[in-house]
Amino acid sequence: MNDFHLAQVNVGRILAPLDSPQLADFVAQLPEINALADGAPGFVWRMVDDEGADATGLRPESEDDLFLINCSVWESVDALRAYVYRSDHLRVLARRREWFERLADHHMALWWVPAGHRPGVGEAMDRVALLRAKGDTPDAFTFRSPHPPPVDAL
Amino acid sequence: MSSDDDALAALAALGDPVRRSLYRHVAGSPGDVTRDAAADAVGVSRAVAAAQLDKLVDAGLLEVSFRRLSGRTGPGAGRPSKLYRRAAGEHAVSVPPRSYDTVSRLLAEVVERAGLDAELQAAARADGEAADAAGDPVEALRERGYEPFRDCGKVRLSNCPFHALAERFPALVCGMNLASIQGLLAGMPGAEGWSAEMDPLPEGCCVALEGPEESTEV
Repeated sequence: MNDFHLAQVNVGRILAPLDSPQLADFVAQLPEINALADGAPGFVWRMVDDEGADATGLRPESEDDLFLINCSVWESVDALRAYVYRSDHLRVLARRREWFERLADHHMALWWVPAGHRPGVGEAMDRVALLRAKGDTPDAFTFRSPHPPPVDAL
Repeated sequence: MSSDDDALAALAALGDPVRRSLYRHVAGSPGDVTRDAAADAVGVSRAVAAAQLDKLVDAGLLEVSFRRLSGRTGPGAGRPSKLYRRAAGEHAVSVPPRSYDTVSRLLAEVVERAGLDAELQAAARADGEAADAAGDPVEALRERGYEPFRDCGKVRLSNCPFHALAERFPALVCGMNLASIQGLLAGMPGAEGWSAEMDPLPEGCCVALEGPEESTEV
C-alpha cells in the first residue's frame, strides 16, 4: 500500500460559456467522462464544486469566468496515464481545441501527496505556477518526466 | 553507424521468405502464437517453424514466453507451451541516411503549441480521402501497417504506425490518426456502412472500426 498518491491538475480557458452551443458536446459528455474516472482502476478522488457533480463551477481566477480547473488524485502515474490516454477520455482529448483555448504554457501538473490528502484549488494552482517557473521538478512534473513518490527519510 | 548495423542485423533476418512469413504471422496476431499455429498458418513443418522462429528470437525480432495453454496447474498438468510474440522496440534503416524523427518531433511540438489540432485533422482527413484506396477497408488498413484483427464485432488495429510520436503527443497525433482513417473510409467506395471511432485498449492503435453487419472475414 502506497503512502503517497498522485495528484493532478489541469486548467484551461473555454472558448465560449458552458451553456453556449459551442460547448454543448463537451458539457454533454462530462457525466460519462467523470463516471469513467470514478470507475477507473487506481482512481482515488476528484475535486467537485458546490453542486457536487463536477468541477465546472470552480473559478480559480475569480475575474475570469471562462477559466476552469480540474483536479484529481490517483494511486499511480500509470493509473492516471491509462485513464487519460487509453480510455474513452481520449475522445474528449482529441477534440480539445473545439472547446478550449490553446495555452502557450504548461496547463497540466502532477505531484505526490500523502495518501488521504485532498488538494484544494490554491495548492493545485501553486503546482501549475511552479511547473511554469521551474519546469519538471519532483514537486511539480508532467507525464514526460514522471518523478517517483517520495521515500520516507529515516 | 553502429545502430544502423544493429538494425541491419535484425532486419537481415527477414530476408529469408519463410522467416518473413513467420514473422508477419506472429507480429500480425493480437496475442501470443504457438509454433504449431505459426507453422500451419505459413504452411511449413513444425521443425522448420521452430528453427526459424528461434532465429527471429535471436535476431531480437520476436520474444518468447511460456504458458500452460490448458489452464491446468500442478503435477501432471503437462509442460508449458512456448509462445511467440513480436518483440518491443523499433528497427529502421534507410539508405541514404534519412532521419524524419527529429523533424516530426519538432513539427509536432510547434503544431501542438500553436493549437492547430483542427487544421491537422482537416489535412489528415483530406489526405485519407485522396488516397483513393480500392478494395475493402480492412485490406487498406493492413497495407498501411495497422495490423487489423477482429474482436467482438469490431475491427481493432494491433499496430500504431505513429507510435513514438503518438506517445509524445497523444491528443494531437491520435486525433490526426482518427481523422485520417475516417477520411480513408469516406474516400473508399468499398467502405459503405463502415465507421471509425476512438476506442483505445491498453495496447495498439486507439481507433476501432465497425462495418456493416454482413462482413465477417478479416
